[in-house]
Amino acid sequence: MIPGFERHEVAGVLKLRHLATAFGGLIVGVVLLVGIFAPLLAPHDPFAQDLMHRVVPPAWMGGSPANWLGTDQLGRDYLSRLIYGARISMLIGILTVVTSGTIGITLGVLGGFFGGRMDDVVMFVITCRLSIPLILVALTVVALLGSSLTLVILTLGLLLWDRFAVVARTTTMQVRNLDYIAAARASGASLAHILLREVLPNILSHLLVVATLEMALAILLEATLSFLGLGVPSPLPSWGLMIAEGKDYMFFSPWVIMVPGAALFVLVLGINLLGDGLRDLLQAERV
Amino acid sequence: MLIFVFRRAVLALLVCVTVLVVSFALTRLSGDLAASIAGPNATAEDVAIIRKNYGLDRPLTRQFADWAEAAASGDLGRSYLYHAPVAGLIRVRLPVTLTLGVSGLAIALAAAIPLGILAAMREGSAIDRGIMLVALLGQAMPSFWLGLTLIIWFGLNLQWLPISGIESWRGYILPAIVLAFSAIPALMRLTRAGMVDALSADYIRTARAKGLSRSKIVLKHALRNAAMPVVSIAAVQLGFMLGGSIVIETVFALPGIGYLAWESISKNDFPVVQAVVMILALFYIGLTLLADLMNAVLDPRLRAS
Repeated sequence: MIPGFERHEVAGVLKLRHLATAFGGLIVGVVLLVGIFAPLLAPHDPFAQDLMHRVVPPAWMGGSPANWLGTDQLGRDYLSRLIYGARISMLIGILTVVTSGTIGITLGVLGGFFGGRMDDVVMFVITCRLSIPLILVALTVVALLGSSLTLVILTLGLLLWDRFAVVARTTTMQVRNLDYIAAARASGASLAHILLREVLPNILSHLLVVATLEMALAILLEATLSFLGLGVPSPLPSWGLMIAEGKDYMFFSPWVIMVPGAALFVLVLGINLLGDGLRDLLQAERV
Repeated sequence: MLIFVFRRAVLALLVCVTVLVVSFALTRLSGDLAASIAGPNATAEDVAIIRKNYGLDRPLTRQFADWAEAAASGDLGRSYLYHAPVAGLIRVRLPVTLTLGVSGLAIALAAAIPLGILAAMREGSAIDRGIMLVALLGQAMPSFWLGLTLIIWFGLNLQWLPISGIESWRGYILPAIVLAFSAIPALMRLTRAGMVDALSADYIRTARAKGLSRSKIVLKHALRNAAMPVVSIAAVQLGFMLGGSIVIETVFALPGIGYLAWESISKNDFPVVQAVVMILALFYIGLTLLADLMNAVLDPRLRAS
């Protein structure tokens, strides 16, 4: 019982929290499904141009029901591009987190578990990484090596591991002196066994929260890079690229940037709500 | 204390050197910088001429040593695009970026600290939840999209503010707000967490028992302790914000170093890219060093570690 609160008040706050988490989960789940089943859901080919019907507004703003969200500057169906864009955002989000998570967790667990010199080195690498201006370096890499989806994922994956490393390091430090680690050591378990089977599962829940934060960040950064023209290459329907391509028309047809921007906003909000819910759950567990 | 300062300074120096190497290596990533500069339609002779003229035919270590030596004396090389010294290009544009960064941070602090205090004082209430929801919404907002949206609203529909350039100080308003938006959620959460901790501390109970007024307790006793992490994070945030200015400056066409960097990257002007990466990294390293030292002065416990 939390002091100073009536029972029903606490229940009310908890319920609202659960509702927010569930809402976040719902958004992420829907976007994931839309991404997976994009070919079945999209009413048109997202790459098919129709130069006779360019920048047609959405159906409720005077457009036609054939292109429910209107068309872009090349007459491509906006709804279909938005649906395929979900695929790109989710792909970037998930694969970047897998890459950066692997790097960050490895570094953090090693530093946190062994301490001493090893930890000094890990901390130094983290500090160096944080000192490097993220967007600038990502843009330069893409400019030099040529833009592609794979390169964007790799670049972001190689840059966004810092928070994983920091959290993995602190949580590993907390568990390394606990009894079950000592017990595993005493029973002759190998180092790999201790790190992978004893340490990792016990810090995993914290890393899951970081994963949601980083996934949201990766999706926003991809959109930013694509918006600046050095991310996912045209004609792929990245939401950031759609905003960049619509920018010249935004004064007369603001919806060209509102539609993909709103999609981006809702997805990132959903991921963050989910992450916040996970964090609260963790805190409740600890109390 | 002296040992702490010395250790931190040495660490900062090591980080500087590493970042210098990285920013140099970065521009050599493609393997052949001369071919990148020449573009896809250049002949082999063109590439060879460029390689010779820009000194790219020398060994990499030699190139790095020359560049680092010149950079140490303030010579950052010549821009391929502007045919002018890079240091001069940056010097003209740096005030724009710094003005943007500092005003963005000021707006962020002015919004985040009162809101964080308010949320902490009413922890668990509807106000608290409302404020935290705003933080979540702010976090999810892509800054370039927010920028474009504000341009449409305030620049075009209402015509209150200029939408690009910096003919007057009013040109900074929208970009600074957008930049502030990215820093507000983190600063607000931190203020709130610090205040929640501070308000439940023993010395607050003592102050309350002494019969001090609520506002005095919050502002004088709790805030002083809660403010410390906020101040140090604010310094670090400024470092991040200067790095993030590349997006804002491009959206609002502000002639700062972020815009310069974007232009140089898209036009293969690598001496400029290298220099801007270095300058932004140095700012970040300097600001974090400052934050650490400030914390150590304020809290003697930190000096021991």
